[in-house]
Amino acid sequence: MTVYWLCFILFLTGLYGVITRRNLIKIAISLSVMEFSCFLFLALIGYKEGGVAPIVDLADPDKTYVDPLPQAMVLTAIVIGLATTAMLMAVIIRIYRKYGTFDIREIKNLRG
Amino acid sequence: MELAISIIVGFMILGAIYAIHARDILSAVIAGGIVGYSLVICFLLLKAPDLAIVQIVVETITLIIMVAVVLDSSRVEAYGKFDRPAWVTAGTAVLILAILFWFLKEASAPLAPFGENSMRMADAYVNGAVEKTGSINLVTGVVFDFRGYDTLGEATVLVTAVLGVLTILRIKGKR
Amino acid sequence: MEGMTVIVKKTTQLIAGIIFLYGIYIILHGHLTPGGGFAGGVILAGSFILLILAFGSDFLNLIREERGSTLYENLAILVFLLLALTGLLAGGKIFFANWLPHGTPGELVSAGFLPLYNIFIGIEVAASILTIFLALVIFKEEILK
Repeated sequence: MTVYWLCFILFLTGLYGVITRRNLIKIAISLSVMEFSCFLFLALIGYKEGGVAPIVDLADPDKTYVDPLPQAMVLTAIVIGLATTAMLMAVIIRIYRKYGTFDIREIKNLRG
Repeated sequence: MELAISIIVGFMILGAIYAIHARDILSAVIAGGIVGYSLVICFLLLKAPDLAIVQIVVETITLIIMVAVVLDSSRVEAYGKFDRPAWVTAGTAVLILAILFWFLKEASAPLAPFGENSMRMADAYVNGAVEKTGSINLVTGVVFDFRGYDTLGEATVLVTAVLGVLTILRIKGKR
Repeated sequence: MEGMTVIVKKTTQLIAGIIFLYGIYIILHGHLTPGGGFAGGVILAGSFILLILAFGSDFLNLIREERGSTLYENLAILVFLLLALTGLLAGGKIFFANWLPHGTPGELVSAGFLPLYNIFIGIEVAASILTIFLALVIFKEEILK
């Protein structure tokens, strides 16, 4: 159970970063930390004590395998995470070219 | 196993805190890499080699993109004081943390302890899957056969993200 | 965009082909060993990114490469959708039906449609990530001009 709690604390760390930081790049890093904690949680609930990786051994049918469903979900989500992070970066450099700063509070003041 | 993963997750938390508090943005990006690469080790320990292969390459490409963005713009972070008085900030933080941890306690009560997977779907996807899909790798079987719709949706999201990037970077904005 | 020094170029020449082959291996053996379309596609994109970073490329080439990779991306997802639609016409009349003969589990040519899906998802992921990377590089070049 400790692992689940630590995983949640990792999520909260990311949330803290998103709320308190003003630098856009740090906000992007904090968002990906939150994303990683979700991946980790999904991989954790699929684990089975004494299980092996989900590649079937045809010679030995009695093995126990870890749950393949959360792994399949996370597999696609990781690649989507890369695409969304890249999109965030594209927005961030557009903003930097227009306002010349990463600070969201200054951007709010500059408006226009 | 639980102890090893707990230690690695502890390192991930430390890396994340450093990334959030670093003065130099470049070192913040690299400290963010600690979290991603530790996740690879966690996946290997959790018997998920497919995820480990994907995550290690994706993390590298993310780092390349982020470092490139940081290097041709500013590296210093502007620090400032909070607008509100300190006791308001601290009080709000304690209140939110209390609510979130109460939520966690309620939500984690029905979860089985670590290592005892309690999901009923697992048996349906493991037993007889080789006869149904013909694939030895059960993850590929789930991704493309049992849950093909999900994969189609994810591929669509990927295409949409690419179109979004192209659109954002092509607009000729007002100077 | 400029290239890097001679040492980096020579090392890249030696390594990039091997990385490319490894990506293709991961994609083709997706139903037998860990890996598959998503992992292999990201590795393929990584080898292209390595080549572009090490050797550099001039502006017109970059635009041409980006046009090509966008085309491949859209074609790959179209073929993926059409393959899934064949299940609706033939076989069990189910979307995503795996109606090709399954063959012996454990051989390279087996599992019906799964290797085909793996190949096209691999092309799609590789082309998407390459397109994103090229778009960012082109944006930077336009600013410098």
